Amino acid sequence: MTQPRRLAEGGLIDRGEPLRFVFDGRELEGYAGDTLASALLANGISVVNRSIKLHRPRGIVGHGAEEPNALLQIDRGAVTLPDRRATQTELYDGLEARPAVGRPERDPGAAMGALSPFMPAGFYYKTFMSPQGWWERYEQVIRPAAGFGYAPNGPDPDVYDRCNVHCDLLVAGGGAAGLQAALTAARAGARVIVADEQARFGGYLLASRAWIGDESAQAWVARTVAELAAMPEVTLLPRTAVFGNYDHGFAGLVERLSDHRPPGKRAGPRERYWRVRARQMVLAAGAIERPIVFGNNDRPGVMTASAVTTYIRRYGVCPGQRAVVFTNNDSAYAAVEALQAVGVSVVVADAREECSAAAAAARDAGVDVRPGSAVLSAHGRRQVTAATIGDLARQGQQRVPCDLIAVSGGWNPAVHLHSHIRGPLRFDHDLATLLPASGPDYVRSAGAAAGVFTLAEVLANGAEAGAMAAAALGFEPVMASVPTVRDDDPAPGALRVLWRAPLPSEGKLPAFVDLQNDVKTSDLELAVREGYRSIEHVKRYSIMGFGTDQGRLGNIVGSGIVAELLGENVETVGTTTFRPAWTPVSYGALVGEELGALFQPVRTTPMHDWHVARGALFEDVGQWKRAWYYPRAGESLDDAVRRECLATQRGIGALDYSTLGKIDIQGPDAVTLLERVYTNNWRKLAVGRCRYGILLDENGTVLDDGVTARLGEHHYLMYTTTGGAAAVLAWLERWLQTEWPELDVYLTSVTDQWAIMSLAGPSSRDLVQDLGTDIDLDPQAFPFMAVREGHVAGVPARVQRASFSGELTFEISVPADYGLFLWERAFALGERYGITPYGTEAMHVLRAEMGFIIVGQDTDGAVSPLDLGMQGLISDRKDCLGKRSLSRPDFRRDDRPQLVGLTPDDPEVVVPEGAQLVHNPDQSTPVPLEGWVTSSYYGARIGHSFALAMVNGGRARHGERLTAWDLDAGAIAVTVTAPSFYQPPRE
Amino acid sequence: MQRYSALNIARHAASGHRHWEPAWRQAAPRRRYRVLIVGGGGHGLATAYYLAKEHGITDVAVLEKGWIGGGNTARNTTIVRSNYLWSASAALYEKSMKLWEGLSADINFNVMFSQRGVLNLGHTLQDMRDIRRRVNANRLNGIDGEVLDQAGVKARVPFINTSSDIRFPVLGASWQPRAGIARHDAVAWGFARAADSLGVDVVENCEVTGIRRENGAVVGVDTSRGPIDADRVGVVVAGHAGVLADMAGFRLPIESHPLQALVSEPIKPILDTVVMSNAIHVYVSQSDKGELVIGAGIDAYNGYGQRGSFQTIEHFLAALVELYPIFSRMRLLRHWGGIVDTCPDASPIIGKTPVGGLFFNCGWGTGGFKATPGSGWVFAHTLATGEPHPINAPFGLDRFETGALVDEHGAAAVAH
Amino acid sequence: MLLIPCPWCGPRDESEFSYGGEAHIARPREPDALSDAEWADYQFMRTNPCGWHREQWLHTHGCRRWFNVERNTATHAIHAAYRIGEAPPLREPAS
Repeated sequence: MTQPRRLAEGGLIDRGEPLRFVFDGRELEGYAGDTLASALLANGISVVNRSIKLHRPRGIVGHGAEEPNALLQIDRGAVTLPDRRATQTELYDGLEARPAVGRPERDPGAAMGALSPFMPAGFYYKTFMSPQGWWERYEQVIRPAAGFGYAPNGPDPDVYDRCNVHCDLLVAGGGAAGLQAALTAARAGARVIVADEQARFGGYLLASRAWIGDESAQAWVARTVAELAAMPEVTLLPRTAVFGNYDHGFAGLVERLSDHRPPGKRAGPRERYWRVRARQMVLAAGAIERPIVFGNNDRPGVMTASAVTTYIRRYGVCPGQRAVVFTNNDSAYAAVEALQAVGVSVVVADAREECSAAAAAARDAGVDVRPGSAVLSAHGRRQVTAATIGDLARQGQQRVPCDLIAVSGGWNPAVHLHSHIRGPLRFDHDLATLLPASGPDYVRSAGAAAGVFTLAEVLANGAEAGAMAAAALGFEPVMASVPTVRDDDPAPGALRVLWRAPLPSEGKLPAFVDLQNDVKTSDLELAVREGYRSIEHVKRYSIMGFGTDQGRLGNIVGSGIVAELLGENVETVGTTTFRPAWTPVSYGALVGEELGALFQPVRTTPMHDWHVARGALFEDVGQWKRAWYYPRAGESLDDAVRRECLATQRGIGALDYSTLGKIDIQGPDAVTLLERVYTNNWRKLAVGRCRYGILLDENGTVLDDGVTARLGEHHYLMYTTTGGAAAVLAWLERWLQTEWPELDVYLTSVTDQWAIMSLAGPSSRDLVQDLGTDIDLDPQAFPFMAVREGHVAGVPARVQRASFSGELTFEISVPADYGLFLWERAFALGERYGITPYGTEAMHVLRAEMGFIIVGQDTDGAVSPLDLGMQGLISDRKDCLGKRSLSRPDFRRDDRPQLVGLTPDDPEVVVPEGAQLVHNPDQSTPVPLEGWVTSSYYGARIGHSFALAMVNGGRARHGERLTAWDLDAGAIAVTVTAPSFYQPPRE
Repeated sequence: MQRYSALNIARHAASGHRHWEPAWRQAAPRRRYRVLIVGGGGHGLATAYYLAKEHGITDVAVLEKGWIGGGNTARNTTIVRSNYLWSASAALYEKSMKLWEGLSADINFNVMFSQRGVLNLGHTLQDMRDIRRRVNANRLNGIDGEVLDQAGVKARVPFINTSSDIRFPVLGASWQPRAGIARHDAVAWGFARAADSLGVDVVENCEVTGIRRENGAVVGVDTSRGPIDADRVGVVVAGHAGVLADMAGFRLPIESHPLQALVSEPIKPILDTVVMSNAIHVYVSQSDKGELVIGAGIDAYNGYGQRGSFQTIEHFLAALVELYPIFSRMRLLRHWGGIVDTCPDASPIIGKTPVGGLFFNCGWGTGGFKATPGSGWVFAHTLATGEPHPINAPFGLDRFETGALVDEHGAAAVAH
Repeated sequence: MLLIPCPWCGPRDESEFSYGGEAHIARPREPDALSDAEWADYQFMRTNPCGWHREQWLHTHGCRRWFNVERNTATHAIHAAYRIGEAPPLREPAS
């Protein structure tokens, strides 16, 4: 295979390692060391994409993160990558790429260009408004035209790594300045991370013909990198973009680990996310060359001058055969030299009237340099065929045949990382661009990122930044002597500010400010004409800079043009905010492994495997997996729950209660704490007894509830809801630490330390006896709401007699490691009593029959204990958290929603939970809402369906008939009752 | 006002679009207005428009410290829905929804209100109870809504994760078909243009530095462009409500927090609706430009920096990839932050203040964009009459004293 | 991403902490003696400054201690962290 534009020699590519790849169905070849962009250029591919709006043919413009056009879709299926910049995609064997928009050849959307006059900036805002409600129909046509690629069609098969590191100095950018800074600081003893987004360090030095000391720039890079690599405290991260700079020295980096390898040779994580906390930073991300706008400046073959230099020198690819170089500064003369060196004839349109030294040198070398000139327009469609060069002062113009136009409008330092942390920027009139002004003291910009362009100065500047960072860290920097530098490539030097070329005599041609979004100068003119004068308005109205290149090429140019249109200076107009990310980063990398079971911890009880083996289905409650019900073959939820409920009433039901929150409270002031947080009284609770309590937030609404047992003189155990445990502990801790530090009391979460088996039903006492216990189970000795400590089944146990179901209940707590033993033992011995496991659903039914609430189901964050009919639980002899709120007028209203019971007319019909209660659902909306259903079941013990509900003023409405309405179940007639349905058996 | 239409675009195309007029005048502030509106975001501009249109009050200026629509209007994820739990909220947001539905035609500016529906996912049994309760309430309040099971969700978002390894399964969702998204900037510009055409002055680059009071009532404001007198002043400044309240000598039950959002690189249409999840905390839609627009909750701390912490973004994305594994290889293009003023009950404050003639409209938290037209409509009524409209009466500052909170956190309460 | 100087453990990443809002709001000793407005003021009204703010933080994934931080809400700069009960360290008005 031939690569028509590949040079016979030169470049940092390996001609001995050819790589095959496919672009748009064509099989092509490049070399190791190529980017996809350089390989495409080597193959003479001029059109790589179509523009998003007008479908104009587009070619490669840049050589890095600034590339606006070459957005390609890489690979297929679940591993496909949309929106990839060819300039940042390393070539590998077997790479498959296709254009993101349209077809390079014979594009079906090309007719869009003809509609251009009818699609000026903001035309969407002015049309598609009628008929009303039709916008979604227009969208059906508009949406498919947008977007640069396709999402993968399946879950990501790759894994991603993440690490947290601290360092003394983070250097963003491994070019001349960054390497010098790193070297200086590392030699002084600092722990340094150097990251560069490219596959190899060196930055622009990789395309330089400079000599540093007595070695080539590339040799200097290699030697410096080797020295850094040999230092144990230095971490070198190639293929790693510093994508964001955040507060207090935090920076995000993503390292590409495998995308550059052929698909068959990828192993391990695809990318690694480095979360770096740096004490000092040197930002040395270089600068981006900006274009000058002229007519048809989007034609394939129009490139930045530095891209041309880079392709020739670094990749051994010559992107054209006859070139016009259009510049307003000296740096483009590097491209002139590079082109000339490979035999390309060059005409230079230099906007400056005065011939600079670099221009004079080029002229002396035989180049046709035309001072005071500009490229006014490009010709050709799918490839530049000529440039119209005009004299800026004298209106004359000439058409110069060419297939390449290399443009330099000056340089924009990559101030993004400085700007992310709100580092201020200042406008530099010499460079006509924004430079970092003083920012946070731990951050320094160096090299081209700081507006320094001469290589010797860049090296000195980098060393200085590294030395200052080292000194700030307390190290004693050794300033290495800066080597002598010989660089025949000129720095930008004096610049003639030129944002756009004058119109050619053929009249107005489309002239693009933002290539990716097809934003033309005429769009900016229209925006300004229509009163969008703030640069933010212009940007948003024209969508300039909203592309994936984030306006790297066009934004400052756009500001310059807007300034001209407004008659203001660029400084006043300003530019828009630079936001992270510097370059796009994969979501997968930022997420790492925090998915599935690692998305949030899964908490299971010691008996979990037993439940699984028994066929239980589970319910997520907070982070816990709780057994929901245990269906037997062929049983529905309803069948299983009825069976579980009846087994509990008739024999023994066993519930895994281990998930309940448990807070151990000890200390002389323990009871004072309880008094302050619970609404009821605790001072008279005897040792060995327990009591139900509710916790309120300061707004007087129910926060949590549960039973607290007094285990000793100054020792209590508070039970909380399963989901509320962590929050209640944190909340109690907060009050203790911040408000009541004088209380001598200590809280310990013991939720995971105890497994609880709750045995409910008439035979539960017999079973506990059978298990063997040293606790006297006689009802006189061990009454309801008492707690005893001893042994059960030979293991230490705490037994509590509370009941959530109304049945005789023994809640046996054992150290967690004994949980499964006790559970299995109880099931072995309990068979004769018909012991049956029951899950949360049956538990809910049983408690609801008793009228016991579930916080979070029957309450919703707006419910007070008064609403629940719990006045009796509110002590009037003391204050507690939230109590004051209960006396506010709205909490005293009679018509607040209050807890009631409901019985449906049809005893077999279960009202859906979440049904609303109304008088007449058929009246016109809005229908006055009387309340809502919070819990609703078929009560197997009571033999009919029932519900708990909140009804406006409900306590005074017992006996009233209402309609429960649900969008799926329809209207169901119900009667309001007291919230209590089951008469528990007496002991 | 030059009328916007396809026909007029064609006409102007013939003359190279050289004759379009400014959408709104660059007004310089006069010395006195009947009504001043502080804050040129969507809400403030909507207020001005409805003051002029509904109440005939055109002696109005909107004072904006920077460029209009530059605060949260420019920074939000543009979700519009009205499926709120409590009737008071439902009435407010549904009023807004109805205005949205006719807005482009009303103000002759395409705000691209796309009624592509919103899914609010349920991941636990309690989520599903809450969803059913809310949708039932919505329906009885005249607001559209359905309850979907997992298959119903899958039908609308085929690539949503329903595999067994998802941490919290998708059990179902509420579905509001009339909900959707809109083009945020257009809302500010459209209202500005419409208000301007009715005689309202839209004054940019005019920062209010003080609120002048006499005998307990407002008499005007001090600004970076000089003092301006007014009979009534309405303050609609989102994240900075606390700062303006401080100028007027009172405090608010508000804390300002960063709220972050992000977009992906643009891709071809893949997501045709808006999907929100509380338990797996993230919401996502796809803009007409093709970007996935992603947001979630606020950063925990108070902040006026228009930026939050990156860990918050990491959490958004973990939730995103957990729910939509095919997005793992998509990339974060840009993230940013706004300042939202949050109320303890997650409901706004729209009404009177301790200062006579001074009215506040604030506390919209994370959800203000959807309310833009409705908020403006009721606030215009309040400024015109001096009394709240029945729709915003429940949202007075006095509710924090009486306890009559409109607790929209309620539906999301967890614990059992 | 804040770096928070826990007065007990030293500087740690924000992800280890929980935020608790404005500091130095003492719970009234006798809530029943307050008017509804005074109670509302305690419960809900906040200073919410754009600038220096004294606030509570909890080192959740560390020592589990609550402490106070003086932080600038506009710049996120942290002036000082100090323990509960300690007086806020002095700050130069200009800083």
